[in-house]
Amino acid sequence: MSKAGERLYNGLVKENPTFVLMLGMCPTLAVTTSAVNGLGMGLTTMVVLALSNMIISLLRNIIPDRVRIPAFIVIIASFVTVVQLLLEAYLPFLNKALGVYIPLIVVNCIILGRAESYAYSNPVIPSLFDGIGMGLGFTFALTCIGLVRELLGAGQLFGLDIFPDSVEPIRIFGQAPGAFFVLAGLVALQNYVRESRKKAGKEYEKIGSGCTHDCMNCKDSDGCSKRFYDEGSGRKAGGKTKQENAAAAGNGKTGNGSAVNMKAGNVTAGNRETRMRRADK
Amino acid sequence: MNMEYVKELLVLLIGSSLVSNVVLSQFLGLCPFLGVSRKTNTAAGMGVAVIFVITLASAVAGVIYEFVLVRFHVEYLKTIVFILVIAALVQFVEMFLRKSMPSLYEALGVYLPLITTNCAVLGVAITNVQKEYGILTGIVNGFATAVGFCLAIVILAGIREKLEYNDIPGPFKGMPAVLLTAGLMAIAFCGFSGLL
Repeated sequence: MSKAGERLYNGLVKENPTFVLMLGMCPTLAVTTSAVNGLGMGLTTMVVLALSNMIISLLRNIIPDRVRIPAFIVIIASFVTVVQLLLEAYLPFLNKALGVYIPLIVVNCIILGRAESYAYSNPVIPSLFDGIGMGLGFTFALTCIGLVRELLGAGQLFGLDIFPDSVEPIRIFGQAPGAFFVLAGLVALQNYVRESRKKAGKEYEKIGSGCTHDCMNCKDSDGCSKRFYDEGSGRKAGGKTKQENAAAAGNGKTGNGSAVNMKAGNVTAGNRETRMRRADK
Repeated sequence: MNMEYVKELLVLLIGSSLVSNVVLSQFLGLCPFLGVSRKTNTAAGMGVAVIFVITLASAVAGVIYEFVLVRFHVEYLKTIVFILVIAALVQFVEMFLRKSMPSLYEALGVYLPLITTNCAVLGVAITNVQKEYGILTGIVNGFATAVGFCLAIVILAGIREKLEYNDIPGPFKGMPAVLLTAGLMAIAFCGFSGLL
C-alpha cells in the first residue's frame, strides 16, 4: 500500500508531468482557456493513462520487445476511443469544448512515456497507481494554468465573476498568444528553481523517466517520436532496463528502478545526439 | 469543377494556413516547432518534410475513411486506424525514398521519423473527418495546414538565430525566450483573422 502512495506522490509532486517534466505541452496550452476545460482534459487523460498503464503492465510479458511501441499505441488508442464515446454520450458540453484534443490524447507523450518507462517493467498495481498519480498531477497542473488564464483573461474563476466591472480583464491571456506567455513564465520559473537548487548543491536533475531532460529543454531533436521504432542500441538499452527493473522490483527496492532507467536513458540520448548532429548539418 | 468549389478551396487554403495557424493558434505540432527551430535551413527542411507527410497522410486517411470505415460502419475506429496508418505511412515513405530517390532522401530523410507522432498529422486527419470534408477538400486542408506550419517554423528559426546573440536575463534564457517569441508571433498571426 505504501508503494501505491509513493507512486501517487511521485506523480503529483516529484515528477509532476507538467511542472517538472514538461511533457504533453500541446493539450496543456490548447485547452486551458478556462479552469473547467483544464479539469476536464486532465481527468480524461487520467482515465486513459491509468487504464492503459494497467493493461500494458498486465501484458508486459506477452508483448514482444520489437513491436512494443505500436502495441502501446493500439492499447492507448482503444482507451481513447472508449473514453471519447463515453464523453459524447454523458458529457457532450465537455466533448464539444475539448474537440479535436480528445482523440489527440493518443499522441500525448505523457501516456507513451509512462508506458515505456514504468508500466512496461513494473507489476500491475503500482502501474495503475502510477497512472493515477501522473494523471492527478496533470489534472492539477492543467487546472492551475486554467485558473490563472481564466482569471487574467476573463476575470472569472470557474465561470464566476471575481472582479468588479470596472476592472478590464487582459483578454489576450484567454486567447492563443496568452498560452505561450503563461508557458514561458512557467518554464522561466522552473529554470530559476533549477538554478537555485544547483547553487545550493542539491540534486537538480530529478527526472528518472527514461528521458534525461524535460521536453522544454530537450537536447534531442529526434524527440519522443524516434521511440516509435527505435533500433539498435536504443532497444537493447530498453530491454536491459526491463530485466534489471524486474530484479530491482523483486528485491523490493523501488529507488533502483528509476536510477537504472536514467542510465538507459543516457545511453539512448547519447545515441540520439549523434543523429541530431547529422540533422543539424 | 465549378467556380464555387474552387473559391471554397481558396478560402480554406488561406484559412488553414494563416488564420487558424496550426501551431500558433491550435498548438498542434509544438514539439518539432520548438525542437527543430534552431537553424533556418534545418527548420525549412522540417517544414518541407511536414508538408509532404501531412498532404500524403490526409489523402490516405481520407481514402481509408471514405472507402473502408464508412463502408463497414466502423467510423468510431478512426483514431486507432489513423494513428497506425500514419505510422506505417511514414515508415513506408522513408523506405521508398531511401531506395528510389536517394537525393530527396538526403534532404528529407532525417526529418521523417520525427513526424510519426507529430500531433499535427493526426490532428489534420481527425479535423478533416470532424468537419466532414471530402477527400479532395481534406487534401487541400492538409496541405494548407502544413504550409502554415512550415511558415511558422521558418519565421521562428530566423528570429531564434538573431536571438542567440542577445543578452537575456538568466531564467528566461533558452526556451522561455523562444516561447515569448512564439507568443508575439501568435499575436501577429491574429491580425490575419480579418482576412476572411
